[in-house]
Amino acid sequence: MSAYPTEVNRMRIVEIKAVKDENLNVKTIFFEDDLCSSAEAGQFVMVWIPGVDEIPLTLSSIGSRSKDGLSSVTVAEVGEATRALRGMEAGELIGVRGPFGNHFETVSRGGRALVVGGGIGMASLMPLIERLVENDVETTVLFGVKSRSNLLFMERLGELSAQGRIRLLVTTEDGTYGAEGLVTEAAEKVLSSGRFDVVYSCGPEAMMYKIFGLAEKLGIPVQLSLERIIRCAIGICGSCVVGPYRVCRDGPIFTSDRLRVIRDFGRFRRDFNGRKTPI
Amino acid sequence: MRSQPSNPLETEVAGLRLRNPTMLASGILGTTSDILRRAAQSGAGAVVTKSVGPKPREGYPNPTVVEVGCGLLNAVGLPNPGIQAFAEEIRDLGDLEVPLIVSVYGFSPEEYAEVAEAAVEAGADAVELNLSCPHVKGAGADVGSRPELVSEIVERVKGVVDKPVFAKLTPNVSDIVGLAEAAVEAGADALTAINTLRAMAIDVETARPILSNRIGGLSGPAIKPVAVRCVYELHRELDVPIIGCGGVTSWRDAVEFMLAGASAVQVGTAVALKGLNIFRLITEGVKSYLERKGYGSVREIVGLSHRG
Repeated sequence: MSAYPTEVNRMRIVEIKAVKDENLNVKTIFFEDDLCSSAEAGQFVMVWIPGVDEIPLTLSSIGSRSKDGLSSVTVAEVGEATRALRGMEAGELIGVRGPFGNHFETVSRGGRALVVGGGIGMASLMPLIERLVENDVETTVLFGVKSRSNLLFMERLGELSAQGRIRLLVTTEDGTYGAEGLVTEAAEKVLSSGRFDVVYSCGPEAMMYKIFGLAEKLGIPVQLSLERIIRCAIGICGSCVVGPYRVCRDGPIFTSDRLRVIRDFGRFRRDFNGRKTPI
Repeated sequence: MRSQPSNPLETEVAGLRLRNPTMLASGILGTTSDILRRAAQSGAGAVVTKSVGPKPREGYPNPTVVEVGCGLLNAVGLPNPGIQAFAEEIRDLGDLEVPLIVSVYGFSPEEYAEVAEAAVEAGADAVELNLSCPHVKGAGADVGSRPELVSEIVERVKGVVDKPVFAKLTPNVSDIVGLAEAAVEAGADALTAINTLRAMAIDVETARPILSNRIGGLSGPAIKPVAVRCVYELHRELDVPIIGCGGVTSWRDAVEFMLAGASAVQVGTAVALKGLNIFRLITEGVKSYLERKGYGSVREIVGLSHRG
């Protein structure tokens, strides 16, 4: 991706149309925006909470593909900005820039895909899963959370699973729902027992690093969504660099060939002042 | 008689040999060795790091960069890991294919000197003094708007480093030439002109300033004519190499800056607008221009617009 359309980076002020509780700590915020409506799965937006902060969030639904024409972001409370955003209600105003970055590439019709989501990481995988299903890709979804109370998107996933359009396996670390254990353990089993053309993943980096290692052993290409501190979102400020790449512009989706040369991947990230901190 | 360089784009600034007259501007990427290396591989003739100070600094909360239609407005707030940690990135670039210029800031002349010395020790080919960041109190333009402080900072830095020292000037003063004179008299080897212009954007729906710092610096096409004027005035009044900076987005802009008196140009905002390929786009365009106009070297057009 070389040039970017200035129009995409212009901040639009949009009204929150609806807010949905996903679980005790996570909400999905719906809004209407033409540019987000034509986004691709895996792209992110910068959401401005006026007077508080501006944060990067992946689109968890894309207007042109949702029943009500709304796009959404899904936010877990982790700090001041996410707390403020989670506390917002329908009718309030937020700023939106984007969509930015590259996107998941779907495999061709009849292919076999494994999707591995960890916690809130499932947000960026939801539009992908829906796209895979549309394209008749045989899709297995592994979803790992700590405990039953951390589950989210279970309505959307459960519906697809009940219709037989995806194979869904849920893991919880405490065994309160689905299989007990880590999602990476489930992934190891699934990968060794079936043939897959691609593995998609989004979640904690340590989890994705493990998934990448498993896929590499089997020679299966991956597409992972990486997260770093993002400021400008247009590839110039240098806050989100991983190896020679910028998460905001070259990513956020990284393929196996790129992951192999990123020496930071799975090891360290840069904090707000640019110092290395271990993953 | 001087022999013609075989590469018409090759030039020299204060003793630094450049394979072409483009540089990655300070504040753009420049946070890590890996990304600086990529900028060099993308065709830049030299790279300037993001500004480094004596201590780690987080910068401001978002929004830090805002699109304003005619350019970008930013107040990132000089985030950096401090020179001690950044020295590791500098050392990692020992084999870089182009000159590495470390941008330095401080809150006092002593701090500028301390950081510059450590940067050169780690392997910087030159230092650029950030005397012009418009949005950090007590550093950058706060010190860089006062000729006596500029002079003291440059003198201190020159006293501790044996590499070229560039002074990056703020345009947010009534007399940029006066500032430049102070820098040159104190020993600056080159001038970089200009940094961003103090600016602001307010959202009308929420009635709030958009930048968390409220006020920031404007870059990009909007400021190019101001920058060209500054370079022109500096070239007219002073005998020191000038690096033009401010809205360079095409080869035509680069040529315009050189005609005004710049020996080289820095590219920043255009990395967003056109991608990292911008360096190649500019150098190829400048090369074609030189051929079309019959010049053997890019050096021949520096300051050409000043002729009678």
